[in-house]
Amino acid sequence: MPQGETALKKIKDKFNDSILAVVTFRNETQALVKKKDLYPIMQFLRDEQELFFNCLVNLTAVDRLELSDTHRFEMVYHLHSYRTNDRICIKTPVDENDLTVKSMTSLWKTANWQEREVYDLYGITFEDHPDMRRILLWEGYDGYPLRKDYPLRGRGEREKFNEYLDNIKR
Amino acid sequence: MSTLTTSSDKYSCSERLDDGRMIVNIGPQHPATHGTLRLLLELDGEYIVKCTPELGYLHSGFEKLGESMSYGQYMSVTDRMNYLSPLSNNIAYAEAVEKLLDIQVTERCKYIRVILAELSRIFDHLLNLGTQGIDLGAFTPFLWLFEEREKINSLFEMMTGHRFTTSFVRIGGMAADLPEGFDAEVKKFLGHFPKEIDNFEKMLTRNRIWMDRTKGVGVISQEDAVSYGLSGPNLRCTGFEWDIRKEDPYDCYDHFDFDIPVGANGDVYDRYLLRVEEMRQSVRIVLQALDNLPSGPVDLDNAKVRLPSKDNVYNRMESLIHHFKLIMDGHGLQPPKDREIYHCIESPNGELGFYIVSDGTGKPYRVRTRPPSFIHYQVVPMMIEGRLISDMVAVLSSLNLIAGELDR
Repeated sequence: MPQGETALKKIKDKFNDSILAVVTFRNETQALVKKKDLYPIMQFLRDEQELFFNCLVNLTAVDRLELSDTHRFEMVYHLHSYRTNDRICIKTPVDENDLTVKSMTSLWKTANWQEREVYDLYGITFEDHPDMRRILLWEGYDGYPLRKDYPLRGRGEREKFNEYLDNIKR
Repeated sequence: MSTLTTSSDKYSCSERLDDGRMIVNIGPQHPATHGTLRLLLELDGEYIVKCTPELGYLHSGFEKLGESMSYGQYMSVTDRMNYLSPLSNNIAYAEAVEKLLDIQVTERCKYIRVILAELSRIFDHLLNLGTQGIDLGAFTPFLWLFEEREKINSLFEMMTGHRFTTSFVRIGGMAADLPEGFDAEVKKFLGHFPKEIDNFEKMLTRNRIWMDRTKGVGVISQEDAVSYGLSGPNLRCTGFEWDIRKEDPYDCYDHFDFDIPVGANGDVYDRYLLRVEEMRQSVRIVLQALDNLPSGPVDLDNAKVRLPSKDNVYNRMESLIHHFKLIMDGHGLQPPKDREIYHCIESPNGELGFYIVSDGTGKPYRVRTRPPSFIHYQVVPMMIEGRLISDMVAVLSSLNLIAGELDR
C-alpha cells in the first residue's frame, strides 16, 4: 500500500469536494487541494488521532510557468507522522493574481522560517504569519529569484557592481 | 522589540539603548559562529533578552542553479551544501534521482554507499565535537580530533581522489569501485579509532568545567523539537527515538546490527554524548559492511542511466551513442514528465531530503534540498533567550549548523 493511502481516504471522507487531483507515484501520495480548504485539511491531518501528522517535513513552492498548467504557483507541503511512520504530500494551487496563502505557523512552528523563505524567493505572502520578511536576501531587495522569469545570470548586477557600491547608503 | 531589526542604518557593532540594555551584533564573521551566521542580541548585562538570527550570507542560489544543470552535473553542487560530509549529500541526491527513475542499484554499490556514508558521519561528528570543545576553551581535543580527520581525509583521497568535496556518487552507481588495499586501510584506521575516542572522552566527558558549561544549557522539550522539525541528534537528545536508518531503511541498512543512542534531557551535554556514541556505532557498521561486502559490479548495466565504460565507448558504436545521448545538451536522462518525488536519508545532521520535480527533460524542473541546518537554526532564539552570552556559544556549536546547507 503506498504511503499516505489511509490519510487520503480519511481526507476524501471528510473533505471530498476540496480535492482537485491525486497522484500516486513511486509509493508516494500527492493530493492537490483547494486553497481555501488547505488550513482545515492540515489541521485535520495533524489532530486526527489515527493520522497524527506531527511533523511538517518540507514546505516549498514550485513555479509552474513552463509546465503550462492552469495555475502559476503551487505550494507543496510534505507531512510525516512519527506515530504511524506515514508520509503524505499536500499541494495547493496559488494563482498569480492572489498570491496569499494561510500560514501554517500556528500548527507547526517549523513553518515560520520555511514560509519566509518561500516569500523571499517566490513572492507568495502568508496570512497570520508572525514575522513576514525576507530571510536569505537582504531587506529592500527587489525581485523574487526562484521564479522562472527571473534570469539565471541576474539582472546585470555584476556589470554594474561599481555603480551599485557608490549608490548604496552608508 | 522594534529596535532589533537589521534595517537600521547604523553599522556599528553595538548600540546602547536608553534603559541600559545593549544591542550587540555577533557575526557574520566571527570565530564562534560556524560559518557566516549572524546574531543580533539585546543584552541586559550579560543576559540575553532577545535574539534575532540572520542568515543568507552564503546564499549561492543552488536551487536556481539546479534548474539549469543536468541531473549528473548537479552532483558536484550537492557536495557544497553540507561541506563537512559531502558524500552523504551525494548519496541523498543520487538516491532521490534513482527513486524518480525507479531504478535499483546493485548490492555492492549499496554496501559501498553505506561504508562511505558512515565514514562521512564520523568525519562530520569529529569536526563538530572538536569545535564544541574549542568554542568553550578546550583546545587540545580539537587538535586530536583533527588528526583523526586527516586520516579519514587520506582514506577519501585513496578512494575518490579528493579529500573534501568528492562528488563520487553517480546516478546508478559510483564513479569507481573500491581501490585495492582500501579495506585493509579502513580496518587499520578503525582498529585504533575507538581508543582515540576514549582518549578524547577522558578529556571532556567527566570534566567539571565542561559539565558546568553544558549541562542544562540549550534545553529543548520533545514537543517543541517535533514541532520545530528537528531531526537527527538534535531530536534524539530529547529522548525521542527516531532514526531513518532504522525506521525506514534505505540502502540495505537493515542488514546491519547497530544501536541508536538516545539522550534524556535535551541539553548540550546530551548532544555531545550522543555524537560520541554515534561515532562508535558507525565504526560497528563499517566493520560489518567490509566483512560482508558482496562482489559484483558497482555500476548498473543500464545505458540509459549510467555512462558505459570508456573502453566500450572507444570501441563499440552503440556505447558511443549511449555516451552521447547521456551527456549532450538536449538529451540526458529521461524521467517521467511532470512527476515529483521526495526522498530523505539520515545525514549526520538530521533528515536531509531532496524534492525533485521533473518535466521530462534531462534537467530537473525544481530541485529543493530540505536542509536540516536551516530548520535547526530556528530554535536558537528559543534556547538562548534568558541565558548568558557564554551559553549562546555552547548552543550554537552543539546544534551543528553548517552555513553551506543553511543558506544554499
